[in-house]
Amino acid sequence: MSAPVVHAHHAPQGFIRKYIFSLDHKVIGIQYYFLALFSVLVGMSLSLLMRFHMVHPDAKVAWFAHLWPTAAQGGIMTPELYLSLMTMHGTIMVFFVLTTAPQSGFGNYFLPIQIGAEDMAFPVLNMLSFWTTFIALVVMVAAFFVQGGPPLSGWTGYPPLSGIGPLAGPGEGLGQTLWIVSIAIFCGASLMGAINFIATLIDLRCQGMSLMRLPLTCWTWFVTAILGLLGFAVLLAAGVLLILDRSAGTSFFIPAGLMVSDQILSHKGGSPLLWQHLFWFFGHPEVYIAILPGMGVTSQILSTFARKAVYGYRAMVYAILSIGFLGFMVWGHHMFMSGMSPYSAMAFSVLTMAIGVPSAIKTFNWIGTLWGGKIRFTTAMMFALGFVSLFVTGGLSGIFLGQPALDLYFHDTYFVVGHFHMIMGVAAIFGMFAGTFYWFPKMYGRMMNETLGKIHFYVTFLGVYAIFTPMHYLGLAGNPRRYADFTNFEFLGKLLPVHSFMTQAAYGTAAIQILFFINLFWSMKYGKKAPMNPWEATTLEWTIPSPPPFDNFGGVHPVVNHGPYEYSVPGAPRDFIMQTDPVDVHAES
Amino acid sequence: MPSSITSDIIKPPAPPRGGGFGGGGGPDGRGASRRASMTGLIVLLAATTMAFAAFTSAFVVRRGISDDWVALRLPRVVWANTGILLVSSLLLELGRRALKTGRRSAFNGFWTAGTVLGALFLVGQAIAWLQLNAAGIFVATNPSSSFFYLLTAAHGLHIVGGLSALAYVDVQALRLRLGPGKRTAVDVSALFWHFVDGLWLFLMVLFLVWG
Repeated sequence: MSAPVVHAHHAPQGFIRKYIFSLDHKVIGIQYYFLALFSVLVGMSLSLLMRFHMVHPDAKVAWFAHLWPTAAQGGIMTPELYLSLMTMHGTIMVFFVLTTAPQSGFGNYFLPIQIGAEDMAFPVLNMLSFWTTFIALVVMVAAFFVQGGPPLSGWTGYPPLSGIGPLAGPGEGLGQTLWIVSIAIFCGASLMGAINFIATLIDLRCQGMSLMRLPLTCWTWFVTAILGLLGFAVLLAAGVLLILDRSAGTSFFIPAGLMVSDQILSHKGGSPLLWQHLFWFFGHPEVYIAILPGMGVTSQILSTFARKAVYGYRAMVYAILSIGFLGFMVWGHHMFMSGMSPYSAMAFSVLTMAIGVPSAIKTFNWIGTLWGGKIRFTTAMMFALGFVSLFVTGGLSGIFLGQPALDLYFHDTYFVVGHFHMIMGVAAIFGMFAGTFYWFPKMYGRMMNETLGKIHFYVTFLGVYAIFTPMHYLGLAGNPRRYADFTNFEFLGKLLPVHSFMTQAAYGTAAIQILFFINLFWSMKYGKKAPMNPWEATTLEWTIPSPPPFDNFGGVHPVVNHGPYEYSVPGAPRDFIMQTDPVDVHAES
Repeated sequence: MPSSITSDIIKPPAPPRGGGFGGGGGPDGRGASRRASMTGLIVLLAATTMAFAAFTSAFVVRRGISDDWVALRLPRVVWANTGILLVSSLLLELGRRALKTGRRSAFNGFWTAGTVLGALFLVGQAIAWLQLNAAGIFVATNPSSSFFYLLTAAHGLHIVGGLSALAYVDVQALRLRLGPGKRTAVDVSALFWHFVDGLWLFLMVLFLVWG
């Protein structure tokens, strides 16, 4: 039962306040989502160019010469251009897709609704956070259009390469500077977002929404916000130090006596490893920033479409919290190669293995949720199942990499590329697809097409396995990563057909995404009208119209009487009990 | 299906809670509630702490590994600045107490004085920079001076942020517009100011012990 109407709010009327500089968390969530969609298109195009180059390093392509008159003179891509494509692919995907869509996109839209609030705690801050992210993206993309092109130093921006300016190569001048500035702006935006998420979840929950009644999506957004808060602050600090090394002549990261392009640098005494520590202190939690919201969405969807409560809700919450906590103590496992003391490596390794425990708890609980359920195979459900599959596959290879002795061999090979794409890239992307199919009816008031969705799912699912599974074998065979061209190495000759296969698979997987875009935009306008609760789900967003009104609950403050996943409760009139249903649902029947 | 799977989830309803949980704060329901503002401030301070922790660890590590570190003689004016900052925090706190007991003109006096001292601190820091400059010590001269300029600049940015909050409250107070709804602004800006004050003391210890 709901409290009486206290105050209804009217949406702002002007186009600019309604759609551009909107304070409404739902509009901001959609803005983030589309920013991520644009970014994923850019990032995916870059990966296709890279895959093309690996298989045809000597091919002359006329339009390459048009796009990059110096870096692809005569239409042949230089190795430096390949590295800059790699850098921008990684950066755009990690920051502007994986960090942006699951947390800032879906989180902004659904966190306030799922906890029964009218908006985020600080709507103006929320708007600033989006537009700051937008500026960061513009600055990042601008790196494509400056002299020298984008930077070469990878998404991790390791100095000395990233710290010494144009001497280090094309793209290490203005391109690298723009990269650091963009990341710093992005850090600011993420901090603003994190403050909003945390304050909203702690203080704006509606009556009866105790912590143990929060949907698991809210738990993951909350923990992700904490990770972002602590991680991005450190990255921001590191970025400031790096930019000072580049432009003010300081020596935080640049060692003495460094000779680059036949010149001895004037820097002295800095430590490139210091950057690695600071960067990975952010970088490892960043992995969980990307994947945790996907875990939340998966839990929500598995429960909804298996018509069963999430198995072990409390264990899931504690697993989320311990993954977040442990995530801050394992950054060293990215640095086993750095010559660290074997004792430190051992400690980092043990802590890394420890993350396997909460991860396994989550996986077993997902299977427990499915076990014996009356499963409805919707597209959203398929993608959630795909998430579980990819999470297990990617997680298992992580156990190999977490061991220093094995990592010394694997570290610079394609094994690592396969691992992180599986778990951080594709699994998180599947979480986004799942969320899109699940929440689209609420966001746009129309259903997405299930047939197109399932074709898209099956091809994508097989496609990503076809791209990334062979990378593990390549890694075992010693195929190095970050190389632009494998044709000049005798020992890699026999692996070239595998690369060729992966490239074909990448083309196919990328092509089928067109189907997703068609489905998305077509359904917005022509999809079947969605009812209020098309999935017969239980959480608060399904108690309000699709799409929700401006102030979510029409001025009514919802009152929550039930946990988030009460499906198939014996004796209940329906096979689901909404969170706002009266305490005694049996009385209704 | 076995009832054990759901039995740990279905619980008697939580008793209604007094206050909060209203779904949207302030008088118009779309602003930030007082509690959310406090939470937001604490969260912001956590982020600031992390950033300065990162700078500090860089400071300690860079100092530890280097053979080129030359201890920096702090310009004497920073001692005066430290005193000024402490007194400004004290005045703000006295003002806050005065406001609690309804002595609004006393509040205005204390708050204005605290804000002016805060601005004076910034001027003092600028003098410290000029003195270092005059002595030929620049950002890139030595890692110790790099860190001094960097940390004072980062701290100064927080001072600028805090000062604008203090000045906002002061203008509202002097124009007699400090209604009960703005008491949160008083508490939040004072707490933030105490934090940057404490941060400066920490930085002084860092400079003196490791610098």
